[in-house]
This record gives sequence, structure tokens and C-alpha cells, in this order.
Amino acid sequence: MHSNTQALVELSDITTQFGTQVVHQNLNLSIQRGERLALVGGSGSGKSVLLSEIALLKTPQAGSVALFGQATEKLSTNALIQLRKKMGMMFQQGALFTSLNILENIMLPIREHQRLPEKFLKELAMLKIKLVGLPASAATKLPQELSGGMLKRAAVARALALDPNLLLLDEPTAGLDPASASAFDEMLLELHATMDLTLILVTHDLDSLWQVSNQVAFLGEKKVLCKAPMEVLTMHSHPAIKHYFANTRAAGARNRGLGANQ
Amino acid sequence: MQDKGQAPNLQLVNGNYTLYGHCTTAYLKQWLGLQPTFVLHQTNLQLSIKAMDTNGAMAFLHIFGEEHQAWPKGLTTTQEQLLRLVLQERETDIPEPKKMGWLADIGLRVSLLSSHAKQLLDFIGQLFAALFTLLLNPRRFKFKLLLDVIQRDGLHAVPIIALLSFLLGAVVAWQGGLQLKTYGANVFIVELVALTHLRELGPLITAILVAGRSGSAYAAQLATMNINQEVLALRSLGQNPFDWLILPKLIGLIIALPLLTFLADISGLVGGSLVAYLQLEISPTLFLQRLSQEVSIAHFFIGIIKAPVFALIIVSVGCMQGMLASGGADAVGVRTTRSVVQAIFLVIIVDAIFSIMFSDVGW
Repeated sequence: MHSNTQALVELSDITTQFGTQVVHQNLNLSIQRGERLALVGGSGSGKSVLLSEIALLKTPQAGSVALFGQATEKLSTNALIQLRKKMGMMFQQGALFTSLNILENIMLPIREHQRLPEKFLKELAMLKIKLVGLPASAATKLPQELSGGMLKRAAVARALALDPNLLLLDEPTAGLDPASASAFDEMLLELHATMDLTLILVTHDLDSLWQVSNQVAFLGEKKVLCKAPMEVLTMHSHPAIKHYFANTRAAGARNRGLGANQ
Repeated sequence: MQDKGQAPNLQLVNGNYTLYGHCTTAYLKQWLGLQPTFVLHQTNLQLSIKAMDTNGAMAFLHIFGEEHQAWPKGLTTTQEQLLRLVLQERETDIPEPKKMGWLADIGLRVSLLSSHAKQLLDFIGQLFAALFTLLLNPRRFKFKLLLDVIQRDGLHAVPIIALLSFLLGAVVAWQGGLQLKTYGANVFIVELVALTHLRELGPLITAILVAGRSGSAYAAQLATMNINQEVLALRSLGQNPFDWLILPKLIGLIIALPLLTFLADISGLVGGSLVAYLQLEISPTLFLQRLSQEVSIAHFFIGIIKAPVFALIIVSVGCMQGMLASGGADAVGVRTTRSVVQAIFLVIIVDAIFSIMFSDVGW
């Protein structure tokens, strides 16, 4: 469907501004198909903003966002909708519709996409629930009846409803206990392997960085300071990057990550 | 996304049917639609599918069945792996939300109703307990929040209330004037407008507007705070939520609503006198003279005395509905609606009770 040389996501000269506060200035980033990219950086470095710009939920003040080889600035509303259907976004708090149960939450995008038999729709939604590792009994629960970990999985299931090629996750493991977070990371890797996904995640979880990502983009000084695998990034000499990884938690995560990778 | 080459299509090549296209989410409907044709040619069908995703795999299983011996030839290894994975995770019996029998449904409603009554009593009890502790310890009162309420729910409501009661006064005078004119009793328009407006319409229209404007805001605010656990957060910080969220509103509106009612009275009379001048040729001077001679000040007080009671109703209904909210966005909507409906309902009922009481006393 896409040539391999072409980047799946191409951000060029992005400038984002809130009032007088400049968040990104001439930021460039390109993401290849099949990558598992983590966006990291200190608080306020504009990671989540960048993610919503990739998701076409926010337009930068300047610069261009190209997705699937298409420049998005001048696309018609219809073309944008088609493009959004190829992306799934998982929001930090899940953002599941509280008046619908989990099954209905997942069925909603599929039902709006095409008119399909109700039974088939339910089976598709149920498949997504099973794929993210939720028990079948979760299907009839309302979002507020689920635990934090299950809620995050359900949010991923809804993001995957239309089998997107690109999955965007905003702090997927924040607020989870270590066991659930680790299981969540494994689930992401499994989904990546089976569904031909490209992952972009914003995270502060150093263990996830080691476990899930194969590329890490470090945001700082209003641009991408470095994009490299974790092993390379942690050795980087830039003071901001050094500062980010020079602490006991980072060292612990590094040991666990390197141990697991061997 | 929907290119011609990607939609499923069946072609006859050398006596064998070959199926081209993408088995993906974009073409689910087309695949399911072709199902009858596929079943006919299943034995000598060759596949040439370029792409497949999990939704497409599910459609594939629907069409060709779960037995992989029966699947047509030509699947790639990855596609077969995907199909097996989907087959393994497939769940055919979808759990249905539990439905209640009619008897259980009635039981639930009755128990909800009685628990609702209990919650109402609970709330009123807590409200008075909070008021009492406030009297013992007045320094805990949030004076700034009180001023906030007076500004937002009193001052900012001035234009709408002035306009609407002006119009209401004019309409009453117009309709009354038409009747009075036929009897030549033009000058009685003053009593008509003053009595209806000061005693009933002024307080009522003000209370209804404020219930719609501020009561709903109270309910929505408290419901959202409740759902976001902000109320619990206050409690965990050793604060009484009533001190922060409810008492300033209660006292603020008890101050603001009589003032707004006074405003409504004045602008209603102005509207009435304008119509009296235009329609019945009663000059504003004459209107004012007759007003001071014939209409006792008692009528004004009878109207204004109701305002604090209405304020109490609006605040306690709005805040109670907000505090009872649980669940999600739906609950906020439901509680807001209920707060307005119940507040207006109670305001009108209480107004009727006041009317009967005052007329029994002979005021």
C-alpha cells in the first residue's frame, strides 16, 4: 500500500505557539512504517501537543504534517476523515463514552464506518476486546465500572476498532501498577507484531521506553534533539538528555531493559 | 482509500475463479455482500489477497467458515497466521447486558424512590447542620465566594430580568387595558398592573428565570465536581463541602433574589405605565399618583417576602441534584434537567400555597 522508502509520518518545520509561548520551533521528525516511536522530554516540552498534531486534532501555526505520504494542509474534509480512520488515538484518561458500555464504545466507529449486520458488528467489537486481553465479561460493563488498567485496554480496543495502521497513545501506562504496566507493554508489542501497526507513544515510563520502543525522539529546546534507539540515546552527550536519564530510576530501568533485551 | 483495484472482485481465468482485492476494514460490506457467490465457487477458487487486517479476517471467517481445510488456496503465511489468531480469539456468544424482569424493575424503582427521599432528608439535615456550625463559627464563612455568587447570579441577571418583566408588565397592561376600556374604567389599569405584578408575577418570573439560569448551573457544577472526585478531595482536606459549595450560594441567592424581585417589580410597573400611556392615555404622573394613593405598600412586601423562600428552594434543589450525581456525562445532563424542573415545580407550588395563606389571613 505504501512504499517502504516513504515515511509514514513526516513533520517538517512545525511551529506551535500558545499565545506568546512557543512550544515547537521548526521541528522536524519523520517516522517510518512499523516503527515503535516514543516521544519523551521534560514537562511542558510539547509531547502531547505534538501527538495531537499528528492525530490532526490540532493544527500547528506553521509547518506541514504529512501522513501516509499525503500532505494534510489542503485536504478536503472528506479526505481528512478517511485519513483519521487510518489512525487510532488512545487518550490519557481513556475518553471512553461514559453512557455506552465497552462493547458499544467499540462498535460505534465500526457502525458509523459501514452498514454491517448487527451480529457481525458485535463479533468484530468482541474480537478487539479479546485482542487487548480483556475478559469477555468486560463487554457489558460501563467505563466507570472498570479498573484503571482495564480502562486503558478498553481505550486501546476502541482505538483499534477500524484496524488503523497508526496507533497513537498518550501516556498509556501512567497510573498503572508495575505489573499492569508491564502487561500493557507486552500487549502493545503483541498488537504491533500481529496487526502491522506503527506505534507512537508519549510516555514518562522508563521501563516502557526500554520495553516497547525501538526509536525514541527526545523533545527539548522546542525541537527534536535526538531520535535514536534507547541504547544510543542514553549515551547522548546533550545536557538535557543527560539530565533526563541521569537518575536512579533511569539506571534501574536501563538495567532491566538491557537485561530483558539480551 | 477506496481504489478500484482494492475492492474484492472475482475473475474467471483459465476456468478457475480468482479473487482479487484487499480484505480490510474498508471493504467489509463488499466482502460480506459477495458471500453467496463465493460459496458457489468455493471448490475451485483461488485467492490473491494483497492485504488483510483483523476486521477483514473476521469477515473471511464468516464467508469461508472456521475449517481451514475448506479455505480457498492462495493465502500467504502471514494471512494464515492472522486468520488463526482471529479464530483463536473469536468469541461467538456475545454477553448481553442483564435485563430485569418486570417485578424486579418495579422493586428497583420503589427502592430508588425511597432512597431518594432519604437522600433528600439527609441533604436538608446536612444543610442545617452546616448552617448551625457556621453560626457558631462565623469566621469560616467564605465571604469571597458569597460576593462571587451575588455578582454572577444577581448582578449579571439584571438585564434579562429587567427586560422580561418590563415586557410582562406591558403585556398584562395591554390585555387588561382592552377590557377596562370597554367599561370606561381606564384608571383602574394602575391597580391591575400593580397588584398582579407586585404580588405574583414579579417574584414568580424572577424565581423561574433564576432557577433556569443559576439553579441549572449549580447542579451542573456540583455534578461535575462530584464525578471528578473534587467533592471528596475537599472532604479529604478536612473541609466541609457545604461550607465551600453550598452555603455561599444559599446565602448569596437569599440576598440576590429579593433584590432582583424588586428590580422586576419596578420594570414591570414601568412597562405597565408605558402601555397605559400609549393605549389608555394615562400619563406617568397620574399612574404614579394613583399608585401611591390606591396601592398599599403591603402588596409589595407580600411579593418580596416570597423571594428568600424561592431562593432556598432553587439552591437546595440545584445543589442536592448536583451532589447526588454519579456516573458519567449522562448523569450531569439528567441532574441538571431535574434540578430545573423540580425547582420551577416547587416554586409554583409554594407560590400557590402562599397565595392561599395570604388571602386566608386577609392581606
